Amino acid sequence: MMNKTKTFVPVAVGAALFLIVAAWSLPTWNFVISIGLAKGLAVLGLVLMMRAGLVSFGQGLYYAIGGYSVGLMVNLWRINEAVLLLIAPVVIAAATAAVAGLLLSRYRDIFFAMLTLALSMLLYGLLVKSVELGGTDGFNIRGVTLFGLPLSGTARFNGLVILVLICFTAVITVWYFGKTALGRLLPGIKDNEIRVEYLGASASKTIYLSYILAAILAAVGGSMSGILVAHVDPEMAFWATSGEFVVIAVLAGTGNIFTPFIAALALEFVRTFAYQHAPNTWQLVLGVIILSMILFLPTGLGGIRFGKRNTTTVEAGEKA
Amino acid sequence: MKPIIEAKSLIKRFGAVTAANDVNVDIMSGTISGLIGTNGAGKTTFINMITGYLGPDSGSILLDGQEIVGLSPRQITRRGVARSFQIPQLFNSLTAIENLMFAYSATDSVGIKGFSILSDDELATHADERLEVFGLGAFRNSIAGTMPEGIRKLLDIAIAMVGKPKVLFLDEPTSGVASEEKFSVMDRIIDATRVAGVSVLFVEHDMEIVGRYSDRVLAFFEGRVLIDGPPETVLSDRQVRELIIGEEHCVRREDNHA
Repeated sequence: MMNKTKTFVPVAVGAALFLIVAAWSLPTWNFVISIGLAKGLAVLGLVLMMRAGLVSFGQGLYYAIGGYSVGLMVNLWRINEAVLLLIAPVVIAAATAAVAGLLLSRYRDIFFAMLTLALSMLLYGLLVKSVELGGTDGFNIRGVTLFGLPLSGTARFNGLVILVLICFTAVITVWYFGKTALGRLLPGIKDNEIRVEYLGASASKTIYLSYILAAILAAVGGSMSGILVAHVDPEMAFWATSGEFVVIAVLAGTGNIFTPFIAALALEFVRTFAYQHAPNTWQLVLGVIILSMILFLPTGLGGIRFGKRNTTTVEAGEKA
Repeated sequence: MKPIIEAKSLIKRFGAVTAANDVNVDIMSGTISGLIGTNGAGKTTFINMITGYLGPDSGSILLDGQEIVGLSPRQITRRGVARSFQIPQLFNSLTAIENLMFAYSATDSVGIKGFSILSDDELATHADERLEVFGLGAFRNSIAGTMPEGIRKLLDIAIAMVGKPKVLFLDEPTSGVASEEKFSVMDRIIDATRVAGVSVLFVEHDMEIVGRYSDRVLAFFEGRVLIDGPPETVLSDRQVRELIIGEEHCVRREDNHA
């Protein structure tokens, strides 16, 4: 397993470089890649929660918090510096998750899913009713720069490079968390919470921390989406957005840390092609993809193994 | 010898049933105690109260002189009380080695230590040592959910001992184990606990095992301690033979209480 550790960082660096080169050589696709990666960040957090067997149906809450806090800072306070624009959503999302997590970390299964959904729809309701924030139309975000370097509009490629670097950092962080004593608890919580408690470890505390980490990832994804798409609207907090994250997470599976981004990018590409070549049948295409994934790859892209898992089967009656 | 656990006047009622009716038990450090009793005598309730799964209605439990009533199972575990379960509580989708690696990482997850990176190799080394102690090497890479019951019992106890407990409670370690394997399973468990210097209390229905492995036997009946003493005294006691063992004591009991 040691070689896995040694190959991880080079693979992550390679993937980041590949994305930057791909984005540079395909300028017309920068928009699609941006959305894919932004959603991939939210999905990465969701996949982290799914390791513990918890499905959040409300990551749109933090996606919207990210997008709107960037938008409000740009439009109300004329702050255009990307560093500030990214720190604020992280703080706001972490604070929100720290409060919501106190309640949510006590719930499991469908109750957890429904509560997260309820919280995100609360924000959706607020945003739709707020005329000052553009109501259902949302508003535009223009002129974001990083130390004077423009990131959006015609300079979207610059912003995309920043997004790739953020995704790289996120992958490293989640990978690191998965190797810590706390992160290693997640699959055990899914399997047998009683035993986790009787080992002296706290399932709720681990879930609480993972939820905050997932919220930060979704908020950063939402902020970058706001900067690069140059527009935010309440749809970001709508259940369909959260549902799309869940669909991508199911496609990605929990077995691998890169697949959330691969699945998110793949889905964005398929959607774009489907819109171009077969408008009005996008839902049909999506349905066929999901159905075939469930039939042929029930553990998602992350379930594809290049080596066989090292397990042996036991014959009945065998002795120790 | 000083007591590691002192349970004083424990009372626990479930509606009309009294599962513990003024139970007073001291467990001496470094000893192996057997706990016998009919179904419903309050044996598992006693273990559940000490490990924090159930709170007693009244009474006190001291661990090394400190009150532990009111603490959660997690806090009690951290203070050095471990247990195995009548139905083994394993991570059924993981292999034996992964189960133990998980146990080692979980015991390191407390406080700021929880954020330090644990290397897979180091965890695997510890886990392999433990598998060897319990003679589970052959099952290293089998999925826990598919293993025979005796092996699952051993793995459950191996996991319970990972946190270096001071006292270990075993709830029917040989139930569901094939009768010809019972002694070898018990030998492994008792050897491992002796090496680790852990005090043990085990619930058991097989009187041969109780007589052979315990330094002292507690007999529970209807929520009370009927008699408490060395195995030969307790097992030959008239009341115990009548109420708990039954008249056919000489016939080896094939007990399958799940």
